[in-house]
Amino acid sequence: MTAATTPAGAKPISASRLPGLAFLLIVASAVVMAVLVLMPLFTVFHDAFSKGLGKYLDSIREPDALAAMRLTLLVSGISVPLNAAFGVAAAWCIAKFEFRGKSVLLTLIDLPFSMSPVVSGLVWVLLFGAQGWFGTWLIDHDVKIIFATTGLVLATILVTFPFVARELIPLMQDQGADEEAAALTLGASGLTTFWKITLPNIRWALLYGVLLCNARAMGEFGAVSVVSGHIRGLTTTLPLHVEVLYNDYDFVGAFAAASLLASLGLVTLVLKTALEWRHAGELAANRRH
Amino acid sequence: MTDQALLPSSPVPGGAAVVRRPRRSRFVEPSILPGFGLSLGFTLVYLGVIVILPLTALALRPWELGLSGVVHALTAPRVAAALRLSFGLSALAALLNAPLGLLLAWTLSRYQFPGRRILDALVDLPFALPTAVAGIALTAIYAPNGPLGSLLAKVGIKAAYSPLGIFIALVFIGLPFVVRSLQPVLQDLDREVEEAAQTLGANSLQRAVMVVLPALAPSLISGVSLAFARAVGEYGSVVFIAGNLPMKTEIAPLLIVIKLEQYDYAGAAAVGLAMVAISFGSLIAINGLQLFLARRGKA
Repeated sequence: MTAATTPAGAKPISASRLPGLAFLLIVASAVVMAVLVLMPLFTVFHDAFSKGLGKYLDSIREPDALAAMRLTLLVSGISVPLNAAFGVAAAWCIAKFEFRGKSVLLTLIDLPFSMSPVVSGLVWVLLFGAQGWFGTWLIDHDVKIIFATTGLVLATILVTFPFVARELIPLMQDQGADEEAAALTLGASGLTTFWKITLPNIRWALLYGVLLCNARAMGEFGAVSVVSGHIRGLTTTLPLHVEVLYNDYDFVGAFAAASLLASLGLVTLVLKTALEWRHAGELAANRRH
Repeated sequence: MTDQALLPSSPVPGGAAVVRRPRRSRFVEPSILPGFGLSLGFTLVYLGVIVILPLTALALRPWELGLSGVVHALTAPRVAAALRLSFGLSALAALLNAPLGLLLAWTLSRYQFPGRRILDALVDLPFALPTAVAGIALTAIYAPNGPLGSLLAKVGIKAAYSPLGIFIALVFIGLPFVVRSLQPVLQDLDREVEEAAQTLGANSLQRAVMVVLPALAPSLISGVSLAFARAVGEYGSVVFIAGNLPMKTEIAPLLIVIKLEQYDYAGAAAVGLAMVAISFGSLIAINGLQLFLARRGKA
């Protein structure tokens, strides 16, 4: 590789000083990224506006689209805080205490990452569907979980389960418990110690985890698709609304709704990158997913 | 914990978790910090309801069919074809991600050029873009009337609604895993080792193959296996471009959805359990390979 022939140094080598091969590799990288990654993003906005701004605005203002946006906000509004609370609790006991079975607990927390989204939806149907373990009981008591908001929330929680915990655990393990111990010895209460010592220490990593968790929660498709039933205006979140319109051959509508989700993804990417640049030291899980 | 050793007589807030009768083997080491019981309790209850209980249902429900029923459900031609397609294409896509990921990771961590940081940030786009959005966008691009699909159609290649379309979607979603696994290693890789090899007369190709690549191997394998695991379970970005023809372009996750729509819960659970088992098995095998390479690298 050409790069290795230049003098060693911590900083990347300037391309202008490098002959052919480096230039070739940079161009090849740019082409791969443009064709594989950027083109889909461009297509979403291109197709959304293909029939003009008026049609675009009509598509995102129709009642079903608005209902889908409200439902997406509701579902992630419930799922994300719950998973954030879980992440803080799990990180607190795992990072600040030594107890038996910790590694088993860590493995179990990571488990949902290696499951197919469809399986993450399926398991709730196996429990609460018409022929699920609790199906008959739920029907007798007139409780609806599958094909209702509760099911969407449960599926979303399972899919986004590890996000906050995975950011916080390595960071809090690095930080140790010395600062908290000092505060407690000086007479601070447990709660004061948490608010004044622990939370400021983990705030950026917590925000980072919540950001990724929220992006996945709002964009989740496979898991919610299984439990939704696709009842328009009632159980279709925004990604499911995209699917319904697409299958109805309403491509402008589908891409218009998709453009909202793509914008959410872009905003997430910008905020995530900003956090990584500014607070790299305070994000132990920097660059991990 | 060192705190207790340092401060043996300190007051203990929220005592219950800390003041314990001495036992031969403690469940938890004593600590001055409060909230162990509360945080562990909440963690376990939440984990139990959200992860353990549902996975228990997944593990148990297929057996309602009996062992022969499960075998029958999984070896049915349509199911076997879907499992083969999902795992085969995921492996191929992950393998293509290796050179693409190496290229991007190398360029992004070794060269300085205008737009490098933007390109670097955009590597995460397949993570950030919701899968359904990626799915309809890729379909629009590779459909016979799409910008790239029409080009491919001219040379007689059908991209969307064929295994090739599924493959493209899986390469798209797997790419960030390989790049992000390689980047930190490439940045930390000791240039002195490369220089030493150069001083000893190795040419650039020898250095790349014999010095850089072995150092990257463990993280390359972990990146590729993450991409593979993600691809096997992927649904949203694949289901639109796949065409979903039984026996030909039907992926395993879609088959779960179809079985659920037919109220075949046990059959759906069988496919789900098989997917989890095969993924888990391949991850263990890959971990073993990684350990082997890491040990050999140290020796």
